[in-house]
Amino acid sequence: MKLITAVVKPHRLDEIKEALQAFGVHGLTVTEASGYGRQRGHTEVYRGAEYTVDLVPKIRIEVLAEDDDAEQLIDVVVKAARTGKIGDGKVWAVPVDTAVRVRTGERGPDAL
Amino acid sequence: MAPAITLAAETELSAANTGFMLICSALVMLMTPALAFFYGGMVRVKSTLNMLMMSFISLGIVTVLWVLYGFSMAFGTDSGSLVGWNSDWVGLSDIGLTELWDGYTIPVFVFLVFQLMFAVLTPALISGALADRVKFTAWALFIALWVTVVYFPVAHWVWGAGGWAFELGVIDFAGGTAVHINAGAAALGVILVIGKRIGFKKDPMRPHSLPLVMLGAGLLWFGWFGFNAGSWLGNDDGVGALMFVNTQVATGAAVLGWLAYEKIRHGAFTTLGAASGAVSGLVAITPAGGAVSPLGAIAVGLIAGVVCAMAVGLKYRFGYDDSLDVVGVHMVGGILGSLLVGFFASGKGQSDVQGLFYGGGLDQFWKQCAGVFGVLAYSLVVSAVLAFLLDKTIGMRVPEDVEVSGIDQAEHAETAYDFSGAGGGAARTTATPAASVAGSAPSKKVDA
Repeated sequence: MKLITAVVKPHRLDEIKEALQAFGVHGLTVTEASGYGRQRGHTEVYRGAEYTVDLVPKIRIEVLAEDDDAEQLIDVVVKAARTGKIGDGKVWAVPVDTAVRVRTGERGPDAL
Repeated sequence: MAPAITLAAETELSAANTGFMLICSALVMLMTPALAFFYGGMVRVKSTLNMLMMSFISLGIVTVLWVLYGFSMAFGTDSGSLVGWNSDWVGLSDIGLTELWDGYTIPVFVFLVFQLMFAVLTPALISGALADRVKFTAWALFIALWVTVVYFPVAHWVWGAGGWAFELGVIDFAGGTAVHINAGAAALGVILVIGKRIGFKKDPMRPHSLPLVMLGAGLLWFGWFGFNAGSWLGNDDGVGALMFVNTQVATGAAVLGWLAYEKIRHGAFTTLGAASGAVSGLVAITPAGGAVSPLGAIAVGLIAGVVCAMAVGLKYRFGYDDSLDVVGVHMVGGILGSLLVGFFASGKGQSDVQGLFYGGGLDQFWKQCAGVFGVLAYSLVVSAVLAFLLDKTIGMRVPEDVEVSGIDQAEHAETAYDFSGAGGGAARTTATPAASVAGSAPSKKVDA
């Protein structure tokens, strides 16, 4: 199994969710995140005091996938997340030893 | 205004003026919680509640002191042009319900509750400069001492019969000197003693909620009609209505002035700029609105908006931490409004005194200067001394770790917001807040 993590622009969430549903993914976890890459931040002004705000709001989407589906699933996420502008984010995958469905106790790919 | 003993017989109670003044008093009361939101939105999340409480506590402390001796000190029989006293007014014990305020058409009780709201608001204004770092007990004590030795006497100077500024002919319609310069100078005096917030000029200190700031500014603007128009204590000759109009006009112009400066200088029209511009205009028109024409009010507002927008940057240059710009907005705005009377007084408002631009020469300007700098110097010095004494005895500032982690939890045993579904890991215990703040074990007492 693989854990696929995507840190992307918040407004792409709906497209990614729909694309993943169409692909057959039944569940995912979303958290609000903040960070920066090459995009860096922006400047804000309060009563003349300028602040450089480095951390930009992002969302982090986490999905578990079977090994065979992982590469294709990454492509689905990347396609749905892309706007072509700087700050689109990153997607990566790491191997997962095991997963358990809490309600039934099923293990491994059955738990997905 | 003479002492109530020589009660003039020529005025009769006006139900209209009495009703108007009671509504105005309630409007001015609203300004203190409005100010709490205006300031509360500007601080970081971790000290929101403390900022709100610093204003709110004034409603308690100053109300009680005003009844006990404040009204007597501010408006009682003059001694030495410096302070008043009237033992019949101590505890408001010997004031007849239908007794009229001398020379006016409203009862003494109406006048004193209107003035009470001013006394409540003024120390609350100071709190904005002290954000994030002052012990709540020290602040409460400071308020009690400050109104006693600064506000009550200064109100007497400016509005009390026999007070030196009053007798000199200084024009202060609704409190440009007694309220705004007074509070701004006090704020400067205190921060010079207690010092900067940890991380001033280094850490980001962005306002945590600009919608709260806008809400507060809007409510201040609303309440300010009572503050300004009510200060004529009736509207038999139309001056109260002129003040009402000028309050709106100057404030609108000040919003435009601040925003224009900001757009040119920093490239954006900010909500904080609009809110701050409104307050700077309200402050500046407070002493001037009864003496200037509506066009004069536009000039006063525009000047105040632009100059205050420039003045809030001075703290970074000179390195004093006027956290929420009490000095930059209230002291500077109050000085501007008070001095501009010397130029823009039209002679057709509260009195026939004319300023420089209406052919009156500089006479009134010099009187205004005396009022402004007399109040400024007294308030600055005495407030600094008070802060110094409190700092040396009970300590003005919270410990460093409390300031860094947030004053709300340490001083008030609360947090402003809980947006997490997990409730921040809080669980119900029967421990007293003091015990849990000190980190001791929960008490074993059982709820009854």
